[in-house]
Amino acid sequence: MKVEDVVCPFCGCLCDDLVVEVEGARVVSVENGCTLANEKFLGDHRLKAPIRKTDRAWEQVSYDEAIDETVGILLDADRPLLYGWSGTHGEAQSVGVHLGEILGALIDNTSTVCHGPSIMAIQEVGHPGCTLGQVKNRADVVVYWGTNPIDAHPRHMSRYTTFADGFFLSDAFRERKVIVVDVRRTESAQVADEFVKIDAGGDYAVLAALRAIVRGKRSLIPTSVSGVSREQLFRMADTLLGAKFVAIFFGLGLTMSQGKYKNIRNAIELTAELNRHTKCTISPMRGHWNVYGSNEVFTWISGYPYAVDFSRGIAFYNPGETTSIDVLRRGECDACLVVASDPGAHFPKACAEHLARIPTVQIDPHVNATTHLARLQIPVAVTGIDAEGTAYRMDGVPIRTRKLFCGTYPSDTDVLTKIYDRVKEEKKHG
Amino acid sequence: MAELLVKNAFVIDPLSGIRGEIMDIAIRDGKIVEDAGANAEVIDAQGCLTLPGGIDSHTHVCGTKVNFGRYMSPEDMRAGRTQRKGVMHVTSGYSVPTTFGNSYRYSTMGYTTLLEGAMAPLEARHTHEEFTATPHQDMLANTLFDGNWSIMEAVRDKDLKRAAAVVAWTLAAVKGFAIKLTNPGGTEAWGFGEDVHSIHDLVPHFGVTPAEIIETMIRANEILNLPHSVHLHCNNLGVPGNFRTTLETIDRVPDLNSRRQTLYLTHVQFHAYGGSTWKDISSKSEDIARAVNSRPQVAIDMGQVMFGRTTTMTADGPMEFKLYMLHHNKWSNHDVELETGSGIIPVFYSRKSLVNCVMWAIGLELALLTRDPWQCMLSTDNPNGAPFVKYPEIIALLMSRRFRDRESELLDPRTGHYVPLFAIERELDWYEIAVMTRAAQAKALGITGIGKGHLAPGAQADIAIYPLKPGELDPAAEYKQVMAGFGKTRFTIKRGRVVARDGEVVVEGANSTIWTKANIPPELDLSADREFVKKFEQYYTVRMSNYPVQDVYLPRGVCIGTEVSL
Repeated sequence: MKVEDVVCPFCGCLCDDLVVEVEGARVVSVENGCTLANEKFLGDHRLKAPIRKTDRAWEQVSYDEAIDETVGILLDADRPLLYGWSGTHGEAQSVGVHLGEILGALIDNTSTVCHGPSIMAIQEVGHPGCTLGQVKNRADVVVYWGTNPIDAHPRHMSRYTTFADGFFLSDAFRERKVIVVDVRRTESAQVADEFVKIDAGGDYAVLAALRAIVRGKRSLIPTSVSGVSREQLFRMADTLLGAKFVAIFFGLGLTMSQGKYKNIRNAIELTAELNRHTKCTISPMRGHWNVYGSNEVFTWISGYPYAVDFSRGIAFYNPGETTSIDVLRRGECDACLVVASDPGAHFPKACAEHLARIPTVQIDPHVNATTHLARLQIPVAVTGIDAEGTAYRMDGVPIRTRKLFCGTYPSDTDVLTKIYDRVKEEKKHG
Repeated sequence: MAELLVKNAFVIDPLSGIRGEIMDIAIRDGKIVEDAGANAEVIDAQGCLTLPGGIDSHTHVCGTKVNFGRYMSPEDMRAGRTQRKGVMHVTSGYSVPTTFGNSYRYSTMGYTTLLEGAMAPLEARHTHEEFTATPHQDMLANTLFDGNWSIMEAVRDKDLKRAAAVVAWTLAAVKGFAIKLTNPGGTEAWGFGEDVHSIHDLVPHFGVTPAEIIETMIRANEILNLPHSVHLHCNNLGVPGNFRTTLETIDRVPDLNSRRQTLYLTHVQFHAYGGSTWKDISSKSEDIARAVNSRPQVAIDMGQVMFGRTTTMTADGPMEFKLYMLHHNKWSNHDVELETGSGIIPVFYSRKSLVNCVMWAIGLELALLTRDPWQCMLSTDNPNGAPFVKYPEIIALLMSRRFRDRESELLDPRTGHYVPLFAIERELDWYEIAVMTRAAQAKALGITGIGKGHLAPGAQADIAIYPLKPGELDPAAEYKQVMAGFGKTRFTIKRGRVVARDGEVVVEGANSTIWTKANIPPELDLSADREFVKKFEQYYTVRMSNYPVQDVYLPRGVCIGTEVSL
């Protein structure tokens, strides 16, 4: 059976035009997908049943036993951390936040190690953005800064920017100018009209120089700023000022390099400044397909996009204090529930070590690095393949992922709801 | 069968013609009935003011831009937070509370139905998700059409039927309730950083004017027989001298519907400015009220500004950018492909700012100068003029000249030169307040037929009982009691069940979402229309099949079906 307009649950592009062929409870082919999508749909090596770590090996346990044990661990903990959430649907994220609320837990999503700094910058200066279709239909200048879409978001350029048709451009590919700013000549830089190579850690200074130029202070610019010549800076600024619609996209090259959220703040302020002259928008290249959904769901329930601490009864947020890395680094948490992400692969060693010391439970379809740190793993259906639910694209557009076949695994929502109901019941009586 | 009997209630039910009588209200299975059985649970209202549940006909509580207001404002989240308690979830936020925060605070004020003022169709799913997390109010969504390409093309082609078809397809697809136009044409122009400055400016590329968009949509709305009229946020919001645009817009409204207004103009305070700059801005509320008084085909809401901190958020992207240029505070913007835009900035309305004082006065003047309270609804355009928790204070100001005079002493002393407020003697009575906070809304939205806004047998048992005894209280003098009373009900009853009591929410709640579906003839069905489908394939970034909001997002959807008159 062929299913059309399938939504890809891999990256923040959330492409929704895949054609997937299904035979029974198996995907056999994928059309329109990028390599990452194909791997996600076809290379699906699932964990068969819940597993528990014993002294020397893993043993299979039933779902009921696994849920019992998880509930016990969470209730027993003084400072539980509920981490992950970016690889599951919004309905499960919602149960997760409510679980955090009744446990008095700390709940955090993967923004903490990706666009957390972008959120902090937005909280200082706001976010002039737009949906991706605005870029596709209007942008004549596209800037990729500290991001390499060809590798990380392979269809971003063809669906939304460089190679996409646009209503207000008669020959979009030729009319659009692409500028890539990075510390190395990436694949994306190869297709750019202008590649701006900056010294590692030099983003803040280059952004500041561009702001100065846009504000008419060209005479202040030295001959070179962080490895970028004055001539190139002038040329880039002129391109931005001469455009009808500038779309800036930025990635972890900007959020996680020296300067962190101050880089983003500077980029946003450049965007705001450019709006006094032309139209300009800026957008983070979100990684996980539903990381933005976790920010949205956390926000409408708790008020904050990530790093929410319910231990005082109210929702409390202070990045640097209530962010997972910091809490784990301080050795503060005494239990962790990981849902739909892989901190074992992404966190610093000290944090991973702490996860291995405390009872860590992972809810995830696949064996990954975190499995090796966990005491218990509960496999679930993969959202977008055998489970459905809401996802938010990197620009905030919500799309419902599809369930392509009925498998045997429960969804994240099923498992989390059972845990939530049990915890609620215990809390009532306890 | 769950039965409830509210005894000794001092009832004002304007839609039923009840202007203040002590009576009993019987409820069975969520509806008002003639009599209750002997086993009914009894609530003794002890002569307290009892009204149909409050209805807010224009508020921003759910959806993409509201949530972004929260997302970008941890300082606002910190400014209003409560712990999890009983059935109540944690809440955060003052001007943009979390969904549960909105729901609980509205509920304890007696509000049971809310209309979200602006939903971008492409992002409708988000609004519906938040609706589900706003459990104590039935929800409706104004659906944005101000920059809709298919609409503007239909307007350009003078194809009224096509415009109606686009509206019908879209409302059904996104489970929207009514047509909203926010700065029509301006949001499309903002896609390239431009705006329109009068209702006769041409929208770039599309070659149509705001006036043509408004007129076509008014007529399309009536073809589809939608319960509500077109809901308009006029062009030139917040611009000194904009009262001319507003008057010109009102002047062009035909009278096409005998049951309700033909055009609803929202937050009119922001559209009633004289002068030409911020230095000589003045109130033109008298001109606007005169126009409204002579035209039963229009209804307005106040858009009252109250002093203090709040967050402004609107689909009117270019206006928010102008505000940003004034305030230099943080600014967010979010344009939505083929449809609309939006912007957000935090503001602080100060008694020390003459402009803010003039704005404050204009809202009150509109309410006091509009003769018929059915034509002017109480609102702050929450949270743009003020958070909705200020409603009780606004009610008190409208009911007490003494309170207004007291306030005037705190304002910029020049205020009186620019506004007529302090010469107005009118003090609204309990009946007029009941009209302006629920009955007029139900009529304007066209939802009396599904049992909203009144207490006649058959109506939904949504009831607010306030700790106020109208016979024993002089609102002109005891305005503080009025304010306290409207701030916290003794009981809020939603669909026959007590949901809030003395400021505490007592059940988890389960709301409905009300949407409209026009039963269109096949020739108006766009789902297979070549041009329309092509638009999705070429210019949207979401496939047409992934665009409609699935039923699963409306666990208790209530669909109002309409018949089309061609």
